[in-house]
Amino acid sequence: MVKVTIDDIQIEVEDGTSILNAARLIGGEVVPPAMCYYSKLPGTGGKCRTCLVEVAAGSEKDPRPMPKLVASCSTPVQDGMIVKNKTSEKVHTNRGAVVEFLLINHPLDCPVCDQAGECHLQDLGFEHGSEGTRYEEERRTFDPIDIGNKIKLHMNRCILCYRCVHVANQLTDKRVHGVLNRGEHTEISTYIEAAVENDFSGNMIDVCPVGALTDKTFRFKSRVWFLKPMEASCECTKCSGKTVVWMFGNEIYRVTARKDKYGEVEDQDGKAGWICNECRFEKKDPAQWNIIGPRTINRHSVISQGKYSAARANSQKKIENE
Amino acid sequence: MARKLLLEHDSVPGIETFEVYRKHGGYRSVEKALKKMSPQEVVEEVQKSGLRGRGGAGFPTGMKWSFLAKPEGVPRYLLCNADESEPGTFKDRYLMEKLPHLLIEGMIVSSYALGANLSYIYIRGEYMWILDILEKAIDEAYAKGFLGKNILGSGFDLDLRVAPGGGAYICGEETALIESLEGKRGNPRMKPPFPAVKGLWGCPTVVNNVETLMAVVPIINEGGDEYAKIGVGKSTGTKLISAGGNLARPGVYELEMGLSVEEFIYGDDWCRGIANGKKLKACVPGGSSVPILPAHLVTKTAAGEDRLMTYESLADGGFATGSMLGSGGFIVFDEDQCIVRNTWNFARFYAHESCGQCSPCREGTGWMEKVLNRLEHGQGNLRDIDLLEEINKKIEGNTICPLGDAAAWPVAAAIRHFREEFEWHVSHREESQTRNYGLLKESLVG
Repeated sequence: MVKVTIDDIQIEVEDGTSILNAARLIGGEVVPPAMCYYSKLPGTGGKCRTCLVEVAAGSEKDPRPMPKLVASCSTPVQDGMIVKNKTSEKVHTNRGAVVEFLLINHPLDCPVCDQAGECHLQDLGFEHGSEGTRYEEERRTFDPIDIGNKIKLHMNRCILCYRCVHVANQLTDKRVHGVLNRGEHTEISTYIEAAVENDFSGNMIDVCPVGALTDKTFRFKSRVWFLKPMEASCECTKCSGKTVVWMFGNEIYRVTARKDKYGEVEDQDGKAGWICNECRFEKKDPAQWNIIGPRTINRHSVISQGKYSAARANSQKKIENE
Repeated sequence: MARKLLLEHDSVPGIETFEVYRKHGGYRSVEKALKKMSPQEVVEEVQKSGLRGRGGAGFPTGMKWSFLAKPEGVPRYLLCNADESEPGTFKDRYLMEKLPHLLIEGMIVSSYALGANLSYIYIRGEYMWILDILEKAIDEAYAKGFLGKNILGSGFDLDLRVAPGGGAYICGEETALIESLEGKRGNPRMKPPFPAVKGLWGCPTVVNNVETLMAVVPIINEGGDEYAKIGVGKSTGTKLISAGGNLARPGVYELEMGLSVEEFIYGDDWCRGIANGKKLKACVPGGSSVPILPAHLVTKTAAGEDRLMTYESLADGGFATGSMLGSGGFIVFDEDQCIVRNTWNFARFYAHESCGQCSPCREGTGWMEKVLNRLEHGQGNLRDIDLLEEINKKIEGNTICPLGDAAAWPVAAAIRHFREEFEWHVSHREESQTRNYGLLKESLVG
């Protein structure tokens, strides 16, 4: 076990824990945002640079500060390390810079984007972005490519977090998409146009932090904040069958995995709760689901502005009183 | 003439063949190291020599070697970084074209020191004819028993292979080089872990530049202490400089560290001054990624001392008034060159070569290129100059690998020293399209 101090809060964590995960153990405001790191997908992280933090003291043995900001998701803690996140002016400035870089070529088409309301880039822009833009050039665009009838790839919105590539590598038996080209022209693509079809390929949608990968069976059907997220389960041979169904009245509009406050899938039955494509795309009839009850969306975006968490707390209180 | 260690025999006809190379004292260091020295002794000689990495960063080679992890039962690798792609740098090309056996010799000795039984030369994709030269030389070395099993009866085995890259600048970054060698997309890895612990196929790996590995040969032949006598302070030995730009006699020169920059540019043995009798305007002393220096800071430091060709002297004054020795790509600009256009040219290179993995570099290099493109073509505003400064500050230090820094430094330095020229491009939009700014200030010219 090693002791680490993040924003003046000390915590003891396992050896080899990353700074980001140590901060998540503390929770709350000290947690740096992460756009590319995904704890359930080994190998992710280090790319988006939004989780940069300042290391004011490297360790007990060598208390020198680290000269550059470090990516907290891929830097392991050392005993006696002192990390500054919220309390560092340098972090604040440079995180703002990263957000600016991520947004200069982003189409900012939130009004027509299905991800709006649950988009990590929106949240990040809200917290660290600036009003207006200094970018006077034409925004980068890509030729649209078709990756099948279930998943919509909208490359112009992509921030190249590589999460979907890791999903394909780790959850499906054959990866057909990847990263092509380099520099500004880097894109997620299938090289020779191919449909991304596999029992678990739909999880690419869940891990995408922005609206680059969206559900074609849900596209343009509704804004997410008009829907009721309900915990549901079904008998499924391929996955845990534990999902969130997003309903309007008695209709199921879409199905997603159950995600935690960092937007990552929760563990179900001791392993990451990825869901299969059949549950995600095919089961849209409420009769196919055992609907358990309202799902708390533990995030700060518009979806959680309200209704269900309070209602749920009330109903729980009632049950306890009875 | 100055003493030459690497280029001693470069003009001998047929030196690229084994017979001629051997006749001129080749492979002596292999005999000495494998028969008379232990691997640890070889490492110690290199440490004594004070040899610093010739690829650009100038990290002490002996120290790098001493960091190599040596777990039981795990193979170790030595990789030669021949992915020389820095604009202005062409020394490794010359070395490999002329002296392929010197590289092989250096790699045998170095592999022996590090305990590597399989080593690779990772060569850039544009150097295909050199790949043929190297493979021919390697075949000769195998035939003569200097490569393969039980070299010279010492019990040491070494296989040497050449692997061509696809022509990406980023693959000269050591972890991207390793990824590329493994057959993957050449994206730099997150550090730690460093290659010395987890490199090629997860095994401890050392990556060294061509010139560094070649320099091991004279160090073993003459001893590390002898080698350390050449040079000044912590810059020991000889360095190859590829001099280009508006020089009367551009080319690849081997010089003893400590030669004055003035002598190097104007000396009869060296570049013989600026071509066509023009005046020096600026100089990039170490390849396109190091800060550009205006004429008055090229030959003298800000403190008024003579600027020498050493790691320390060129870096004197930090980035405010200094630069870096880098990879030795010495680019000279005469009075008629346009700094804005040159900066745009460099920025275009880095935008093209960014791997696109991390956001500050992917987006920032492209952004700088577009802004500089506008400035150069008479479409810029004064605020663009401040914007460029802002962007490069926000790329620098925030990226996974040093390419972000390498893209930011030349822009920052050009604005620092030649801001008036940038402003002139804004205030004289049309004129700037038909003529160059010329000398910034007559008084600044050294």
